[in-house]
Amino acid sequence: MDPELLRTYERLGIPLAEREALAGVAVDAVFDSVSVATTFKGRLEALGIVFCPFSEAVREHPDLVRRYLGSVVPYTDNYFASLNAAVFSDGSFVYVPPGVRCPMELSTYFRINARNTGQFERTLIVADEGSYVSYLEGCTAPTRDENQLHAAVVELVALKDARIKYSTVQNWYPGDAEGRGGIYNFVTKRGECRGEHARISWTQVETGSAITWKYPSCILRGDHSVGEFHSVALTNHHQQADTGTKMIHIGRHTRSTIVSKGISAGHGSNAYRGLVKVLPGADGARNHTQCDSLLMGPDCAAHTFPYIEVRQPGATVEHEATASRIGEEQLFYLKSRGLSEEDAVNLIVNGFCKEVFNELPMEFAVEAQKLLAVSLEGAVG
Amino acid sequence: MLYISDLHVSVDDKPILKGIELDVKPGEVHAIMGPNGSGKSTLAQVLAGREGYEVTRGAVRYLGRDLLAQPPEARARDGLFLAFQYPLEIPGVANAQFLRTALNSLRRARGEAELDAFDFLEHVKTRLALLEMDEGLLYRAVNEGFSGGEKKRNEILQMAVLEPRLAILDETDSGLDIDALKVVARGVNALRGPERAVILVTHYQRLLEHIVPDRVHVLADGRIVRSGARELALELEARGYGWLGGGEPGEEARP
Repeated sequence: MDPELLRTYERLGIPLAEREALAGVAVDAVFDSVSVATTFKGRLEALGIVFCPFSEAVREHPDLVRRYLGSVVPYTDNYFASLNAAVFSDGSFVYVPPGVRCPMELSTYFRINARNTGQFERTLIVADEGSYVSYLEGCTAPTRDENQLHAAVVELVALKDARIKYSTVQNWYPGDAEGRGGIYNFVTKRGECRGEHARISWTQVETGSAITWKYPSCILRGDHSVGEFHSVALTNHHQQADTGTKMIHIGRHTRSTIVSKGISAGHGSNAYRGLVKVLPGADGARNHTQCDSLLMGPDCAAHTFPYIEVRQPGATVEHEATASRIGEEQLFYLKSRGLSEEDAVNLIVNGFCKEVFNELPMEFAVEAQKLLAVSLEGAVG
Repeated sequence: MLYISDLHVSVDDKPILKGIELDVKPGEVHAIMGPNGSGKSTLAQVLAGREGYEVTRGAVRYLGRDLLAQPPEARARDGLFLAFQYPLEIPGVANAQFLRTALNSLRRARGEAELDAFDFLEHVKTRLALLEMDEGLLYRAVNEGFSGGEKKRNEILQMAVLEPRLAILDETDSGLDIDALKVVARGVNALRGPERAVILVTHYQRLLEHIVPDRVHVLADGRIVRSGARELALELEARGYGWLGGGEPGEEARP
């Protein structure tokens, strides 16, 4: 790992474990909306891949920025997107040229350090024709009594035959057990498949934040383009998560898949809110949605709000939903094999989330499992 | 090894077990037979530590300790194993992962090193071979989509992997065809040894053709009304349970 970046982390007081987790992937570190360092730049440049702080992209690649910034999420989109557009200071920028397969995971690590502030970063990823990129986003914030706002905007553009895989493990400070403090995570994330056979996959594991409102979406404009959304959202104590996706089918034979896993514990409240919209002309469009909720304890809540608008005959839209409780009998079965209550709960929860974890890069999947275990400590019993 | 004295158990204030006496010594295999509703499964569940059963009188000592004071996971770590009559499904969790987590929980409790994925695979493969089970079973989710027979065999695989000191089989034989029955018998017979004991809870005598018990007990209306050598099982087969008296046949109590 870049010693310079290491020193930066040192100065900023990032725990060692977090630093280790960052080794081996190209990292752009963004603290309080300011990009502080980017690793592996040289190797990526040799392939023509641009991966740099947004502020630098504005200087070095103004044409690309001008062409794509705000083209998926306009500043008029919603209140928080407007706020972001008005005040954002930095973030990450990625451009992958035609036909290039990015050889490593790109990652931005966001951290809110300052007190009494919000974070308003902006990410723009452009995958040119026939290219591929996998991008990871991680975030943490230290414990604070007061609430803090995180209002980011992420825009993805996938041109013809390009593929973008965007994975998030969100671990903002969730507030304490009584619901004091924590981050308000109001983020606008949207990708557009602008050419034929383009593909955008969102995978997210949301365990942090006091309140999350987040709907990573796909505009499927190119014919035969594919949108995917895989989500695990966990709420414990007094956390609230309202998350889901929008799949807008415009092109012909476009396909989308939605897999949402909500886990509610304590007084947590978890909602899946999603829109599948098939516009006129999207002949042969297909969607499959699966929403599963797992409840722990008597005081939590799970909701599902699926919106479906189909304006093209012949489109196929499927919705499946389940809600289940971790059963006493399941727990007894596992305990009778020697597992502690905590291990038993973790095993059941990981099984529940498996389809989503399978979409994550290996190291992230391991991290995500640990995070769920930590977030659920003491949730049962 | 296991000593049950005057055990009374109620479910929802309804007495199910009404004074069980049982003494199981290391190396022994005991069969507990009886009509439906006699309390056989209740006894098995109480021994494993299932909640919802109220012990109103009596005591159970296992390896010299008060068994009833222990939570289920502590009993398992002391080597007690229950093969469930109705094994549970754990969606998304591979059998191999479940088995390794369980085995390592037991090993940790015994102060032994945990097995990594490779050592575990070797350990489990010998058991699969013994039970003539397919390795593919390891990578399927625990009991999910398993047939009734597969679930029962999976219980036996767990038993073979975890190597308990006291195994209790709760009607593992019911619903099994003759081949599956032989697999169960092979698993139990392989486990038999001077330090281990087995309690077979069963409705039928046919399992006992393959696993020869040291003692046979007849449970009726919450009491052991008759104990004897294995010939007792044959007598039951020929004459039914009616001649022993005891309770009315009825639903097996479940909480």
